[in-house]
Amino acid sequence: MKQRTIATLIVVGGLALFAAGCKKKPPVSAPPPPPPVTGTTGRGPAAVIDSFTAEPSTIVRGESSTLRWSVSNATEVTIDNGIGTVPATGSRQVNPAQTATYRMTAKGSGGDAIAAVTVAVTTPPPPPPPKAAPSASLEERMRTAVQDVFFDYDRSEVREDGRATLQRNADAIKAIFNDFPSAVISLEGHCDERGSAEYNLGLGDRRSTSVREFLVQLGVPEPRLKPISYGKERPFCTESTERCWQENRRVHFVGVQ
Amino acid sequence: MKKMIPFLRSAGIRRLGRGGAEAPRGLKPALHGPAASRALVWVGVFLVMGALAWTQTRSDIKLILKGGTVRKIALPDFRAAGGAAPLAAVFNQTVFDDIQRSGLLEPAAKSFYPLNPPQQESDLRATPEPRPARRGAAPETPNCGGLCLSDWANPPVEAAYLGFGYLAEQAGQLVAFGHLYTTSVPDVASAKAFRKLYNAPMTEEGARRLAHEYAADILKQFGGQSLAGSKIYFVSDRGGASGTKELWVMDFDGQDQRQLTKFNSVSTMPAVSPDHNRLAFTTFAKGQPQIMVMSLETFRYLPFMNPQASLNATPSFTPDGSRMLFSSTLDGRYTQIYVANADGTGVQRLSNSRAIEMEPKVNPKTGQDVLFVSGRGGGQHIYRMNLDGAGVERITDGTGEAANPAWHPDGQIIAFKWTRGFAPGNWNLFIMDVASRETAQLTHGAGRNENPSWAPDGRHLVFSSNRSGRYQIYSMLPDGTELRQLTHTGNNTMPVWVK
Repeated sequence: MKQRTIATLIVVGGLALFAAGCKKKPPVSAPPPPPPVTGTTGRGPAAVIDSFTAEPSTIVRGESSTLRWSVSNATEVTIDNGIGTVPATGSRQVNPAQTATYRMTAKGSGGDAIAAVTVAVTTPPPPPPPKAAPSASLEERMRTAVQDVFFDYDRSEVREDGRATLQRNADAIKAIFNDFPSAVISLEGHCDERGSAEYNLGLGDRRSTSVREFLVQLGVPEPRLKPISYGKERPFCTESTERCWQENRRVHFVGVQ
Repeated sequence: MKKMIPFLRSAGIRRLGRGGAEAPRGLKPALHGPAASRALVWVGVFLVMGALAWTQTRSDIKLILKGGTVRKIALPDFRAAGGAAPLAAVFNQTVFDDIQRSGLLEPAAKSFYPLNPPQQESDLRATPEPRPARRGAAPETPNCGGLCLSDWANPPVEAAYLGFGYLAEQAGQLVAFGHLYTTSVPDVASAKAFRKLYNAPMTEEGARRLAHEYAADILKQFGGQSLAGSKIYFVSDRGGASGTKELWVMDFDGQDQRQLTKFNSVSTMPAVSPDHNRLAFTTFAKGQPQIMVMSLETFRYLPFMNPQASLNATPSFTPDGSRMLFSSTLDGRYTQIYVANADGTGVQRLSNSRAIEMEPKVNPKTGQDVLFVSGRGGGQHIYRMNLDGAGVERITDGTGEAANPAWHPDGQIIAFKWTRGFAPGNWNLFIMDVASRETAQLTHGAGRNENPSWAPDGRHLVFSSNRSGRYQIYSMLPDGTELRQLTHTGNNTMPVWVK
């Protein structure tokens, strides 16, 4: 126990001695250098920076800018920011990651000159979202969003159920026209097999035209709606039943790019 | 042909009350006076049309024309030797068909013919004197096995006329000698109506042509106009991709069917110019329905300037061929009737209504009045107006729906389709005397019967019907007899019969 206490004291004492030994008095600081002489004191011409530019002065990150300079009467020309000593006249490409100021120091026997240029770095805009590749083809959009309108025998007025359909169609068609700026929609007028083929051409045209008028009233641009009557030439259904006839008395919407 | 009109009028058009079997009210006033005597002479001479009677079915008034006293003609087969032999069957069948189709004469059944018909004039023998009857027995009919005219006049043949002859090969050509004799005249020399020599190439086509010419000469003796050489333009969906229709042409008897257009689209509603060298039609080849005109001489397309409209359709020519009437949506709202020069320039509007108007047809005789189909009264009906668009009047009575007006060459009668008495779409053919508005029904519910068109002879009609399932083209006489199916493949519609 006694031995341990003695050892501790020795260590502590040693440390105390060591600490006292390390302490130094602060050194006497050197006097400041004399201010640089600016006047001509017969020691030679002072350095002159004729030009120091950055072109362009504003870059997007990742691009580069060119520093150009021209200095006369210099014994040594340096540029900071890691460029170092350069010739009296020259250029250097820089591509700072962020806005940086380049300071040029030209030493001359008769005096020094200092100039600085700043290259501003702007961050590039975020990339545009990948081209909204129309998620669905025109055909698909027409099929899913635009519904055919049906008519009564030998009639071309839009029925009550047709009005509701056309209200929805108008919005869908406007959206489609927005996404497909060159698209045109054919309004195909169809009739059932009972009327004359000849008269049905006229009737199909009436059906297309009345649908077009209705859509135009809802703000769909008229020139992009093209009526075309197929009369009874292209039936959807070929049986001689009322269900089938109703199927055929319609205006069918077809998108054309 | 003109002489048919009294028939059509007299065929006319009397109605019975719906009560029952009321007797016809005698002949029409039109059959008295000068016109009537002409008509009676005609009927008397040619004995074409017999008694006329109306009967009534439960649902519909039905017209029956009986052809009871049509004269019979015996047409023993022409024989042929050498290169002509294989063509004899075609020749004989064509002659028989042409005569039968005419409705002017009835070919006697060949099974009753004597076994040894004459082939040339020198074969004929004078009719022998009947031997005096033995007591108690009927006088015996002299019989020379076919070489005497009396063999053909007497039972069982009982033909009033005899046509005979033969086919031969001469210098690589097919030659036919055709004769026509009246069997009731005992003197052979005065019994002869004609003897004629016919020439054609040594082909089946040539044999058919000879037969048509010979049959035409026979029919000419009875005032009949030959249909030989006349063509029927029509629309067919055969051959092409599904849903396409092209324009075709065939001979009047259904032979030689040929495709004219190849748009792989829908081309339909043909009309032929009066000089038969232009074909106008409606086509979807360029999207919206537009009119196109084809030369029937070069089969190239002729310029026709379609008005800027969503629809230009149902073209037809004026009788002088200089202008075209058609329907168009030029006003932006309704399909209306317009007239333009034959190249589409100088468009003028004719009709003016807030309704669908199609199918303008100018009267071929007067060139002044226009029939058209309009929905202005609700439902499609046939209207008439002057060529300047004035004087519009409805000519069908407003019941059912009526369309497809087709002028008879005489400009007085029309054929058209009507749904009278049937549900919409169940079209039957009718004829109407435009002046009196009297109508007669020609078909009676067998399928849909549409697009009638008169033959150049004014006696036959061609039309399309789906009576056998698909649409086919048929020809017939207005009384419904001599019905022939001319097409058999695909669907065939919209026939137009021209010279």
